[in-house]
Amino acid sequence: MEKLPPDQSAVAVAGAACASAFAAEPEWATLPGAESFTSVLRFEDSDGKVRVAPFELMTTPVSNAQFLAFVTTHAEWRRGTAPVIFAEARYLEHWSGPLSLGAQALPQQPVTQVSWFAAQAYCEAQDARLPTWAEWEYAAAADATRNDARSDPEWRERILAWYSKPSNEALALVGQGEADIHGVHDLHGLVWEWVEDYAAMLVSSDNRQQLDPDLLQFCGAGALSTDDRENYAVLMRIAMLSALEADDTTGNVGFRCARDSAGARP
Amino acid sequence: MKSSTLPNAIVLACALALSACSSQDSATPAAPASTAAAAPADTGGSLKGDFGPPQGEPVHAILTSPPQVPPPTNRKAPAKVIVDLEVRELDLEIAEGVTYTFWTFGGTVPGSFIRVRQGDTVEFHLHNHPESKMPHNIDLHGVTGPGGGAASSFTAPGHSSQFTFKALNQGVFVYHCATAPVGMHVANGMYGLILVEPPEGMPKVDKEYYVMQGDFYTTTKYREKGFAPFDMQKAIDENPTYVLFNGAETALTGDRAITASVGQSVRLYVGNGGPNLVSSFHLIGEIFDKVWYEGGTRFQENVQTTLIPSGGAMIADFHLEVHGSYLMVDHSIFRAFNKGALGILKVDGPEDKAIYSGKEIDSAYLGDKAASMASVQTAAKSSAAGTLSKEEQINAGKTLFAGTCSVCHQESGAGLPGVFPPLAKSDYLATSSNDEVIKLVLNGLTGVVKVNGQEYNSVMPPMSQLNDDEIANILTYVKNSWDNGGGQVTAAEVTAVRSGTPRAEGAAH
Repeated sequence: MEKLPPDQSAVAVAGAACASAFAAEPEWATLPGAESFTSVLRFEDSDGKVRVAPFELMTTPVSNAQFLAFVTTHAEWRRGTAPVIFAEARYLEHWSGPLSLGAQALPQQPVTQVSWFAAQAYCEAQDARLPTWAEWEYAAAADATRNDARSDPEWRERILAWYSKPSNEALALVGQGEADIHGVHDLHGLVWEWVEDYAAMLVSSDNRQQLDPDLLQFCGAGALSTDDRENYAVLMRIAMLSALEADDTTGNVGFRCARDSAGARP
Repeated sequence: MKSSTLPNAIVLACALALSACSSQDSATPAAPASTAAAAPADTGGSLKGDFGPPQGEPVHAILTSPPQVPPPTNRKAPAKVIVDLEVRELDLEIAEGVTYTFWTFGGTVPGSFIRVRQGDTVEFHLHNHPESKMPHNIDLHGVTGPGGGAASSFTAPGHSSQFTFKALNQGVFVYHCATAPVGMHVANGMYGLILVEPPEGMPKVDKEYYVMQGDFYTTTKYREKGFAPFDMQKAIDENPTYVLFNGAETALTGDRAITASVGQSVRLYVGNGGPNLVSSFHLIGEIFDKVWYEGGTRFQENVQTTLIPSGGAMIADFHLEVHGSYLMVDHSIFRAFNKGALGILKVDGPEDKAIYSGKEIDSAYLGDKAASMASVQTAAKSSAAGTLSKEEQINAGKTLFAGTCSVCHQESGAGLPGVFPPLAKSDYLATSSNDEVIKLVLNGLTGVVKVNGQEYNSVMPPMSQLNDDEIANILTYVKNSWDNGGGQVTAAEVTAVRSGTPRAEGAAH
């Protein structure tokens, strides 16, 4: 058996005690935003264009180690303690214990099996929030050299390539994907990510400014609500998120946090 | 006179009928009944499909993987039927040595076959396995209601949805996933069939099978080994890499061929999942006695090829008279021989020469191809003169091979994987003696053989109609082609083997 270097093996066994030491503080990228960003969602009052204010986004999805550090200091969000109406029975079920990760959850893998409520709570603890869909979509439009690479077939291919891989293999570690022009990793190809307003994309008490809640669940409608086929790939992400309730967790949904840019923060 | 009484009788009958209609309302039901015998009344569709509330204990539907079909429901009253269908995203073999990530209903492509009876109340449970990456739903074309169930069955990974519908219309219907992007979900294999039996059930047959065509789009080439990722652009361009029955090139060939016997009636439920292509479904060597076209209530009789729309299905019945292997194809024929749309029905049983003789006569007909047959003539002359060279044999053999053998074994000698064994670089040939291969040509070959690591289980008919020269030339050509290592077979060898071999059963002359 290959021997782990002392520092790593220590982490593997020590669990919660040294989690905060291992869990690097989140790194933030600054994104300039756009006055008029064309979203895949047709916001009826703005012809699909939305203003994305400058904001900051975590460069990687939140890792198991980072989330462990959070539940260590926020006991109310530990598995078994968090109320089921905020986090269903499968919340963090792949962790070996409420305060330990184990073999199914490596420290540097993205945290999954987290509910929207738990993700939101984590971000609040960082004086941040979940990104809005528009912010996430804007960030995800970039590639290594461009703010908006969506017209490039290769950009689309990368997304679709991930879709066509089954999820029966272990998730990669965070930060392995190539950094985009903003220094952000893994927006595509690793996990689905919660967004702040995910529920409003489909299940809104007032849907006058949003899509018909049923639209995305049908055949033709999915195609109708997209302007071009590049968006087709992004639409899948919305379809995925809209299939979930805020207390749901799955093995492929993680998250990262956003915050207003430094100048705009109180 | 009799000839004059006939018109009178008709007039009389008409008058009676007229008076019956005009005089008495109670007599009117008789009229539709008598016309029904000539042209059947419609079934009434969904309007007449509700036979009341379900009776008895709920039943769990038997689901089957293709090519199997669940047994008839044999129910005389509407029931509550519980269907549990699980969505799995799986890496499966799409062609030999090629894997593809399929999204499946029940772990197979096409998905599990569902069988209910008209008027049944179906409680549908859709489970999306926790390992799934995608949300999925199901649109059953047999459902009356918006989205065909899609709106009620949108299901995240690790979740289950339940909805209930009454099967009001009889027929065989496609179901499929309708989650955006729909095209990709369908292209990845998310479709299957649900049969809603008419109240009286389907006519009895000996065998029922389930086949479904689909087109597949990969960034890799046809049969390129390894993992084949989905290609969205090719899907949009409607340019498939594979066109397949039951989700794999080998799904209905070799050991996995469907089987029946002479004297049996066979029914195929054939759907077309698409996402793009329409199928010209044909069974080579058979004529469908009945086709319930478009999966509906009426059948057409004596059909050679039937069109199955994408997102549609049909039912075909036929009776088997002659043993042998029958190929099912999409008769848009390049799809069959170059993209994989090929399946086999193997029929065993005694032969009946009154119906099909096998080849009776093969005489040279040169037509304007005289020039191309020149090599055969040359070889024949040389053979007669006793001056035949190996070179002449090879040239003649090449021409003869193209005429007789290449239909199955292909001009390249590559055969068709899983269907017709290769002759190119063939380990089978390399380990067989001259006598053995001569016997093989004279007697044909039936049953399992392993060639270059792959098993084949089909039928090669006896080729004893070829004369000794011809067999010698063909075999010499084969031995000296495609890296087969050379060698020579002489007419004298063939003569010797033939004289020691009783004429093969089913031989052409």
